[in-house]
Amino acid sequence: MTAVATNPDAIPARTTAEIRRSRYLAITYLVLAAFVLFYFARWSRDLGNFTFSLARPTDPSLPDLTLSTGRVTLFCGIALAVLGGYQLVRGFGRRENLVLALGLVIFIFAFLAWATGQSSLGAFSMVGMLKATIVRSVPITLGALAGVMSERVAVINIAIEGQLLAGAFVGAVVASPLTEPDDRLLLGAPLGSWVGVLAAVLVGMLLAWVLAVLAIRYVVDQIIAGVVITIFVGGLTSFLSLRWLAENSGLNQAPIYKPLGIPLLSRIPLIGPILFDHNIFVFGAFIFVALLTFLLFRTRWGLRARAVGEHPKAADTVGVNVYRTRYLNVILGGAIAGFGGAFFTLGSVGRFDENMTNGRGFIGLAAMIFGRWHPVGAMAAGLVFGFADALSQTLGILQTGIPSEFLGMAPFIVTILVVAGLVGRARPPAADGQPYVKE
Amino acid sequence: MSDRPDGAADSPGFIEDLLGTRLDWRRAVLVPVLAILLALMVSAVIIVVSDIDLWQNPSFDQLGDTLDQARDALSALFIGSFGSLRAFSSTLEFGAPLIFAGLAVAIGFHAGLFNIGAEGQMLMGGMAAVALGITFDLPIYLNLPLALVGGAIGGGIWGGIAGWLRAKTGAHEVVTTIMLNSIAGLAVVWMLSTSFFQPAGRQDPVSRDIATSARLPRLLGFLDRSDLRVHFGIILALIAAYGIYWLLFKSTIGFEFRAVGANPDAAHYAGMRVTTIYVSVMFLSGALAGLAGMNQINGLLFRASPGFSAGIGFDAISLALLGRSHPAGVVAAGLLFGALRAGGLDMQVVTDVPIDLIAVIQALVVVFIAAPALIRAIFRVRTGEGTGQVTKGWAS
Repeated sequence: MTAVATNPDAIPARTTAEIRRSRYLAITYLVLAAFVLFYFARWSRDLGNFTFSLARPTDPSLPDLTLSTGRVTLFCGIALAVLGGYQLVRGFGRRENLVLALGLVIFIFAFLAWATGQSSLGAFSMVGMLKATIVRSVPITLGALAGVMSERVAVINIAIEGQLLAGAFVGAVVASPLTEPDDRLLLGAPLGSWVGVLAAVLVGMLLAWVLAVLAIRYVVDQIIAGVVITIFVGGLTSFLSLRWLAENSGLNQAPIYKPLGIPLLSRIPLIGPILFDHNIFVFGAFIFVALLTFLLFRTRWGLRARAVGEHPKAADTVGVNVYRTRYLNVILGGAIAGFGGAFFTLGSVGRFDENMTNGRGFIGLAAMIFGRWHPVGAMAAGLVFGFADALSQTLGILQTGIPSEFLGMAPFIVTILVVAGLVGRARPPAADGQPYVKE
Repeated sequence: MSDRPDGAADSPGFIEDLLGTRLDWRRAVLVPVLAILLALMVSAVIIVVSDIDLWQNPSFDQLGDTLDQARDALSALFIGSFGSLRAFSSTLEFGAPLIFAGLAVAIGFHAGLFNIGAEGQMLMGGMAAVALGITFDLPIYLNLPLALVGGAIGGGIWGGIAGWLRAKTGAHEVVTTIMLNSIAGLAVVWMLSTSFFQPAGRQDPVSRDIATSARLPRLLGFLDRSDLRVHFGIILALIAAYGIYWLLFKSTIGFEFRAVGANPDAAHYAGMRVTTIYVSVMFLSGALAGLAGMNQINGLLFRASPGFSAGIGFDAISLALLGRSHPAGVVAAGLLFGALRAGGLDMQVVTDVPIDLIAVIQALVVVFIAAPALIRAIFRVRTGEGTGQVTKGWAS
């Protein structure tokens, strides 16, 4: 790797945009390094050790990680400076995004070390934060998958927020009257809860069908149709929850799905509790990601669906039914979003509150873009947003003195940076958002 | 190619466009009226179907009670908005910020930009107006213009960020403005926890009251009735509507806005600076939304609390579509939505039907406007075309 010519990463024809981006990245690393060194590390010199606990208090399978705050922040700052220097002088070529992720991880590690060290607690549960990351990513990932399904066939689905909210409402309202406290559990919940999930899925499909009819048959602008559906659901669920749930609390106390520890896997230290000890919604999200990846990229059906999204006229010419494919995909996406909506009530808190999705559907939309219209990418992006959520919660507990509102802004700012292309640019399906009118 | 939402590409005069012979009365009057009627009918059905007593105790007596409730709700909606001087004053009072915010969304549509961020821009404009109003106690002829400028700049910057991101990085304004809404909501909560905004000795997130000289004067103040709260804001909103009409259809800048909206590539080849236009449209749009926020503060509330924008920024989207993005249409739609808000309050008090129903009504109106084929099928009338494609997806 000494000669530039043999370096496969050094593609000679770099556009000015790439060079500019490369410089921005270098500056970002250096600024982060300066921040870590002159703020965290300087302050941390007088601080003692910090502790990240790597296991749940109930089963101490791993020892806690205890390190010196001052040394760790100093080391992280130097590492960031090295990254910045190398990026400025040589560049990382194709590994640029990977290095960016690494840089951010180093920065966040330093941040957490400092936050824990300066806190009176002196310790926090790493495993708890990573577990919360997974849980909080679930509705975002499922929303993003709904978006992937629909945009891969070129129908923009901005109604995800409405589909999630409707799923949350219907799930709670259907499951509550159908369950009793002593019902027998089936995969973590009584049968009535499963009926609630089914109803949530159906309402997601119904709303997706409305979107599809408006977008495909009536050729309504897809973004407007989606926004209107979201406004409609927001109004209707608030209306119904005031009209029904305020006086009949029995309609709004559903049991919460219990976590299912997967045998053996959930016993692995560190990874087990983080990944394999969740309720069915989390596993459902994993399964949907795998299933959709397979269906979209490994089956004939998926090829046809993608053709409809890229070039509907060509697909039509070779005999693919463009309209039917679009209806089917949008409605299947709605089913996934409805399932994700049920997570808010049945998988998380057990009761419905007005507007409880709180923009998670829109973040799901951003996760879809960040994830480059790919199910695996959508999940990765969902995890990033879930981490931002979990991190702001953790920092709230550690009392850093940073106002909690600023921490709460983190996912939204990350979203803007993502769609602004600061972390790579993706190409949407070519026909995305355009109605198809058969000649 | 995209069918423009305004239907006024060749720019007839303001009044002719609303009433004159060149007007396509089906699109501008018949469809909206039928859409509103249909939405009210559907909402009556929703009231009936959602009556839990009827489900628990199905009988003809109960059905009669439920039908009475639906009828009372709709009549309260009407009486509460137009049935008395107080009601009409209330309609105009709610209408003013709605018109401002509706103009904000409409001007974006003309340039092919979908500003969903009016809510956040309202918050930022309103907070700027609060900051000025609690700092300065100048004579009214200085303090009010100051609040106007401050509100416009506060909202304008928040909108301009989205425009700049769109122009420089291609980040779609639908996503960025939604995110900026959430950020603005949190920023307001934070600002209201600082000592600059908080009244001395208070911990709850409410700001101090703005100076009396920064308040928009009441129009019917000479009647000396405390329930007639309609203020100068409605006059400002009408002036703004005429100004935007002139800007869009009579000025070179407006022509460039619309040219970029119709086809940004063609506008670029014609020598227009598309990036500058995106930023200025979003700044102007944000400024109008900021004035809506200023209206909330300086005309109605006189202090800020979290969520003082009250969803007006989201109503503005439906409103701009209902008004077909034409300033005259926005004024009419703004008054209608103001009436819904004013009547909705009465409806909730008198009949116990939650005011959230009006969001449902508004969404239904827009669906019927956007898909006139639905109206055509139900009422068997000729309707003309729908809104067509007014936004651009991420792909284009």
